[in-house]
Amino acid sequence: MNASNQTVGGPGGSGGAPWQDPSLSPIVEIRGLAKQFGEVTAVDGVDLEIYPGELFSILGGSGSGKTTLLRMLAGFEAPSAGRILIDGVDMTDVPPYERPVNMMFQSYALFPHMSVAQNVAYGLRKEGVPAADIRRRVGEMLDMVKLGRLANRKPRQLSGGESQRVALARALVKRPKLLLLDEPLAALDKKLREHTQFELMNLQDELGITFIVVTHDQEEAMTLSTRIVVMNDGRFEQVGTPGEIYEYPRNRFVAEFIGKVNLLAGHVKAVVGERVEVECEEAGGTLAARVERSAALPVGHACWLAVRPEKIFISKEAPAGEGLAALRGVVEDLGYYGNLSLYRVRLQSGKILQVSGQNRMRTARKTVEWDDEVWVSWQEPSAILLDE
Amino acid sequence: MRQRHTLLLSVVAFGYAFLYVPIISVMVYSFNDSRLVTLWGGFSLRWYRSLLQDEAILSSAWLSLQIAFVAATLATVMGTLVGLGLNRLGRFRGRTLLTGMITAPLVMPEIITGISLLFLFISLGEWIGWPASRGATTITIAHVTFSMAYVAVVVRSRLSGMDQALEEAAMDLGGRPLRVFFDITVPAIAPAMVSGWLLAFTLSLDDVVIASFVSGPGATTLPMLIFSKVRLGVTPDINALATVIILLVSVIVLVAAMLNRRQAAAE
Repeated sequence: MNASNQTVGGPGGSGGAPWQDPSLSPIVEIRGLAKQFGEVTAVDGVDLEIYPGELFSILGGSGSGKTTLLRMLAGFEAPSAGRILIDGVDMTDVPPYERPVNMMFQSYALFPHMSVAQNVAYGLRKEGVPAADIRRRVGEMLDMVKLGRLANRKPRQLSGGESQRVALARALVKRPKLLLLDEPLAALDKKLREHTQFELMNLQDELGITFIVVTHDQEEAMTLSTRIVVMNDGRFEQVGTPGEIYEYPRNRFVAEFIGKVNLLAGHVKAVVGERVEVECEEAGGTLAARVERSAALPVGHACWLAVRPEKIFISKEAPAGEGLAALRGVVEDLGYYGNLSLYRVRLQSGKILQVSGQNRMRTARKTVEWDDEVWVSWQEPSAILLDE
Repeated sequence: MRQRHTLLLSVVAFGYAFLYVPIISVMVYSFNDSRLVTLWGGFSLRWYRSLLQDEAILSSAWLSLQIAFVAATLATVMGTLVGLGLNRLGRFRGRTLLTGMITAPLVMPEIITGISLLFLFISLGEWIGWPASRGATTITIAHVTFSMAYVAVVVRSRLSGMDQALEEAAMDLGGRPLRVFFDITVPAIAPAMVSGWLLAFTLSLDDVVIASFVSGPGATTLPMLIFSKVRLGVTPDINALATVIILLVSVIVLVAAMLNRRQAAAE
């Protein structure tokens, strides 16, 4: 997980973020959108604005409603309530074949009886583009995704990565205002996935088309996106840049869904300016956090303190310094990953904290071992205060 | 090991002999020069020649082929539509019942199908004056009713193996629903439609029971003719005719199998 390289401006953005630019109007506006399947509510009245040039991710587990939301944008599902506006035009009741939107399917859905070139040409043919233009545009598109030499192959003769690029080319060739991608990388193996991720970002930058990506993979969402919406149970838990979502999760669900997190239950003891003191039995005392970008809670209110494993330092000596939370514990488990080590530290209360440490020194001997008595500590602003 | 092989081989050989000796003996005796069916009198093609000169056989063969062609085509269209409908209606109360009902004609005794269709045609003739008489048309309709069930079953199973996203992708790219049906769905289920057609064709060509019930004067299909001829005693030209039919049906079955194989290899 590498969130620190994400600025608020997002990848490739030299100027301000599109969602903060008052001169831009949203390319997608969703208002009170809901979808019911019988008794089941898949999407529960959500509002969202997506701006031109964004690479926006809808992140959620299975059954969160993310795919239903995407299918409503494409026009495959009719909303039970609410409106969808694309580039200012109400598209709620417009059928999929008349929307300026194209979709890349999770299964890729390449037409098996057509060649690669015919697959890519299909959308242009339905649009009535002259044959010569079709040939030229298909050729350009295939060159762009580096598939020119495979134009006459049938889909069954392609590898997974090649199929993915054909699906992408087919969806992009009509120059849609909006490209919807349903789990675009899920079917690829790990190596190819990382490579394709960057290709996808470059392509998006080059074409300037707004991408909306549905994914269950939080790492994918973190590295790809300008902004992410975390979806759960048909609702939006949080909308923000990857950095905001990771460092300032709005609730427990988001904090736990994105990355690893330690949660300590407690009660608000005192609020002094931006500093909140939390009475925390699991930590055996009082801990402090900053109320930066999180809801102010009244004294006595039940709350959670969330601390990411990489924000915690582990040492054998007592740490010294201002504004530091320090607790004692015993190393119960240790996982060596080469570049980093993961520790499970048992506090005196019995609570287990996860701590990750970078292995900066090149040594086969570890300084902290199993059953060592250690100190775990973090800077006070590293702790996130969450409502119960 | 050796022992077991021999035993297995002889069991298999017996099974195949059981299946094919009658057919092969018919084919062999079709080249028999003797007028007596059970006595070998040397090789000859005389029964094939007499077959070609037999007006009754030729006209009933032609009628059978026409009926089989029309019935198979209608059954394919209707069966495909039923298969599509069952696949696309989604979940609803009674879907299992409806799906089961489409396969019922496959196991219905032919004699029952024949009687009920005859009854239907007679009643219809009295109520609305159609069909005024029974013949090729009523046989064709009867054949459609039982062979469309086969087509519906194969088309439905083909559709349930098809990625629904294919049609959505085509629609997403600007294809209107009817265009998408012909651009994407039909090519995908074409192998099922072809093998359904071939199956319906052979079923219609084979049928003697139902045809006997719903036929009228003047419309004698080939199997009906053979059946009536045999009742007066088996003549060697029937052997020749049987050989021709066996070859025709084998070719059709082979074509269907090859189409299926090619489709399987393509996926």
